[in-house]
Amino acid sequence: MPLTQVDIDLEIAAEHAAYEKRTAGGAPVEHHPRRGYAPYRSSALRHPRQPLVAIDTGKDPELVELHSPAFGERDITETDSDLTRQHTGEPIGERITVSGRLLDRAGRPIRGQLIEIWQANSAGRYAHQREQHDAPLDPHFTGVGRTLTDTEGRYHFTTIQPGPYPWRNHVNAWRPAHIHFSVFGTAFTQRLVTQMYFPNDPLFPYDPILQSVTDDAARQRLVATYDHGLSVPEFSLGYHWDIVLDGPAATWIEEGR
Amino acid sequence: MTKIDTSNPESVLPTPSHTVGPFYGYALPFRGGEEIAPLAHPGTITVHGYVLDGEGRPLPDAFVELWGPAPDGTVPQVDGSIRRDPATGGYLGRNGVEFTGWGRIQTDANGHWYARTLRPGARGHSAPYLSVCVFARGLLMHLFTRIYLPGDETVLAADPLLTQVGARRDTLIAGDEGNGTYRFDIRLQGEGETVFLEFQ
Ligand SMILES: [Fe+3]
Repeated sequence: MPLTQVDIDLEIAAEHAAYEKRTAGGAPVEHHPRRGYAPYRSSALRHPRQPLVAIDTGKDPELVELHSPAFGERDITETDSDLTRQHTGEPIGERITVSGRLLDRAGRPIRGQLIEIWQANSAGRYAHQREQHDAPLDPHFTGVGRTLTDTEGRYHFTTIQPGPYPWRNHVNAWRPAHIHFSVFGTAFTQRLVTQMYFPNDPLFPYDPILQSVTDDAARQRLVATYDHGLSVPEFSLGYHWDIVLDGPAATWIEEGR
Repeated sequence: MTKIDTSNPESVLPTPSHTVGPFYGYALPFRGGEEIAPLAHPGTITVHGYVLDGEGRPLPDAFVELWGPAPDGTVPQVDGSIRRDPATGGYLGRNGVEFTGWGRIQTDANGHWYARTLRPGARGHSAPYLSVCVFARGLLMHLFTRIYLPGDETVLAADPLLTQVGARRDTLIAGDEGNGTYRFDIRLQGEGETVFLEFQ
């Protein structure tokens, strides 16, 4: 029997109920997905069964993981943050502006750090060789960008609205439109890879990847806010998305940042 | 809401992690990602291995990031790992002499990866190690581990993490293949599962 959306919906509901029960019983809020999340079938053989081994970073400030690799102006080019200008022609689709701040758990801006993004084109197709979705490729859109955060931790991308796309987790599985983000903090412990979604997407409840974040408030933090102030007249629609990095960091005084 | 109110610490909550998915391969890997050591540096070592799933099958769609100190134990603070070429819009590669300490390496079709880097120096209470962050399709949140290099058993025996994990320490110590080459397989699940870390 092929796996249907109904089967997946039941599993998603069961995972959500189990989480609600845990927290009602006093278990901590889970800001991140559990690595073993049955509705996302590819996770089954790719998550550890042994508990993670905790490292108390307070005991050794010298850990290399409390520092981050450095990135600078050499690591980006002028057009890297404008995905609509990387080819000789204009990509097809609605232009959007995506901007926000990169923060640590204390709300402090993370300055001069690397943010990388990648996404499907407006038809929901990635410029990736193994991508099998038969939506058209756009010769004027690759869908890869990078930038450095500014002194206030701010980032800014110009791109086009990505399309939703099908995948093979189950029959009729569709990913809501999203932009993949890869982010560095002031410490390697803060490393984050995630996805940003767009407001009010009807596909949200059906997607086991988004639903793997079982905490309702945490899941909301993956959805950008439409921001009219970021919209550029006669050019693009604006979305605001702040990113908060988890994980311990070296103290700022030590880092001199 | 995704505008974070930094004046209210209780609203500053972490952005959840998500899988890297299957299609990062044209976006994240970069030219020279595995060549972390400066060209022809005499202190260069090669580390390599497979990333394996719970049935022992290699992952062709994973990548690792390595991050380690210089041989004298200092933390590299130089940028330029992914130098871009303003002329072509492509990658320039590293500049051949500076050591950034960081690299990103995609597994190949056989699930194998390799990197050339400098032998890490010791820091703090730890034996020398390279920090590793693993990403893959199907992995909802990255995994941290460490590559310790074999050789000095006294130093390894004094390492807090290796002591803490007891019998599982062997999953964190690379195999010596001679000529400065070390083998380190990453088993995500099952028999011989690699020790993965959580920083608190
Ligand atoms: Fe995607």
